[in-house]
Amino acid sequence: MATYIVFILAIAAVYALLAQSLVLVWGQSGMVNLGLVGFFAIGAYASALVTTDLAAPVVIGLVCALVAGALVGLAVTLSTLRLRDDYLAIVTLGFAEVVRIVASNEIWLTNGTDGIAGIPSLFDRSGGLWFHVKFAVAATLVCLLAGILISRLSRSPWGRVLRAIRDDQVVAAVAGKRVVRYKAEAFMIGSAIAALAGALYGSYISYIAPDLFQPLITIYVFLAATAGGNSRAIGATIGAYLLVAWLEASRFLGEIVPGVSAVQVAALREITVGLALVLVLRFAPGGLFREKNEKAPHAN
Amino acid sequence: MIFEVLPQALANGLVSGTILAVPAIGFTAIFAIRLYPNFMIGAVATVGAYAGWAANTSLGLSLWPALVVAFLVAAAVGLATEKVAVRPLEPAGPLTMAIASLAMAIVLENVIRFIYGNDLKGFDTPLERDVVWWGIRVGPQQLRNLATALAIMALLWAGLRFTRFGRAMRACADNPDLARLKGIEPVRIADVTVAVALGLCGIGGMLVGVDASVDPMTGTRLLLSVFAAAVLGGLGSIPGAVVGALSIGIVEELTVAFLSPAYRLAVGFLVILVVLTFRPRGLLGTATR
Repeated sequence: MATYIVFILAIAAVYALLAQSLVLVWGQSGMVNLGLVGFFAIGAYASALVTTDLAAPVVIGLVCALVAGALVGLAVTLSTLRLRDDYLAIVTLGFAEVVRIVASNEIWLTNGTDGIAGIPSLFDRSGGLWFHVKFAVAATLVCLLAGILISRLSRSPWGRVLRAIRDDQVVAAVAGKRVVRYKAEAFMIGSAIAALAGALYGSYISYIAPDLFQPLITIYVFLAATAGGNSRAIGATIGAYLLVAWLEASRFLGEIVPGVSAVQVAALREITVGLALVLVLRFAPGGLFREKNEKAPHAN
Repeated sequence: MIFEVLPQALANGLVSGTILAVPAIGFTAIFAIRLYPNFMIGAVATVGAYAGWAANTSLGLSLWPALVVAFLVAAAVGLATEKVAVRPLEPAGPLTMAIASLAMAIVLENVIRFIYGNDLKGFDTPLERDVVWWGIRVGPQQLRNLATALAIMALLWAGLRFTRFGRAMRACADNPDLARLKGIEPVRIADVTVAVALGLCGIGGMLVGVDASVDPMTGTRLLLSVFAAAVLGGLGSIPGAVVGALSIGIVEELTVAFLSPAYRLAVGFLVILVVLTFRPRGLLGTATR
């Protein structure tokens, strides 16, 4: 039981990290990354490949995931940032699908649908419960660091420009801000964070396969970020913990309800997640932790 | 070898591209009138496929009436979902509506999974011998699907071109403010557009299902090809969606024949990236707003 709870906390920290990626890209900059799970997968695969095939240390794997996430993020946004924001939504949604197709078919590299097993972890797996505790603490620390980074970035002049772009792109451009460049930077940092989450996840559960990276995960994270407050790291983090609590609780609820098959329980869970996202968007768009109102500085 | 495979791949591409055009018109029409990408189209296509399948196997209807059922059920479910869940988010902007439509796609897909499970469902169609012309092999059912898709597009074209409502709809897509000044009700136009567009997706889903089989992901698998067709033709342009769908159909089948069947869908994504980089308004679209 203790192992189970620690395991959930560790997974929640991974989701929290993904949610923070959305805080920067969506909450602060107004770009919709519907391919979040694709970047999650890119990070997981990049780090898994370097640490298994090349036998590099796990830390190098994490760094590779960050770099891969940022570069792929740039590649995906390159063609769309000058266009209306809905083009980015379409492209990212397609991107996540393509990542799964490539991961399933480039067997020489990714071992196809069989996946990659035996991914080394930061800590010794033989430690039993301690292994899980160490990882949960490490993942939570990474999440905390990312949260601090995002909060500081949002308070900086750079973050202010992002919000200006989010609220009115034209005004920001008229004020002399290079809109496309700011958006590309924010998207790259966001996708690097998502990739880091993927690398941590893969190294923790030691096995990855294309089927783990379903588009549904993107919806999960959107729900987490919106429910908590999509423009603040603390909100998104708490949203992620709430989400994981609900995902786990619904497992037990499914066992209590009689006459419902496992497939139906899973279907019901996804239905609640989808409905919850629409309801939150409609009735509580600010989430639990709303954006603070910014006062204009006094003119001296 | 090329001269044997190429004509067959082109024929397959024309057939699958014509069928793809039906949901692609739906996607692009919603974009033209409602100004947001509706990601429900895949799930609604699945709803249509299941409705047609149920009408065909449980009620014993033949494929033509089943196709009407697919259209009506997809239109009704799609319009109701759009009006209740997505449209109230209009003040929050097109991106929020796009996210909500994706969330509702997940809901619809899982409602179907809850009712029917994950098993493949097959339509009740007779086994027929393929027709062979000059070495090109086509199934009779494929030909009937092709004819159906063409007939639907002709009907749609006539409706948009000659009826009062079609003119009002085109006026709305062209300039909503001016259209309203002329007494065109935007809400009615939006309702009819969404219903017809999502109904078309239902037909598309069923046509694909008749050719292969139906499962909860039938429509979702079309999504990437529909995006590619609509973007290549120019988002918001109905003739563009048709041209785009035919091109994507052919490109996909060429990929299957000469590269690898697995990359059939990935090639659509590549087309999207290339088009958006070099000619964002697509083949027939107007300049992006």
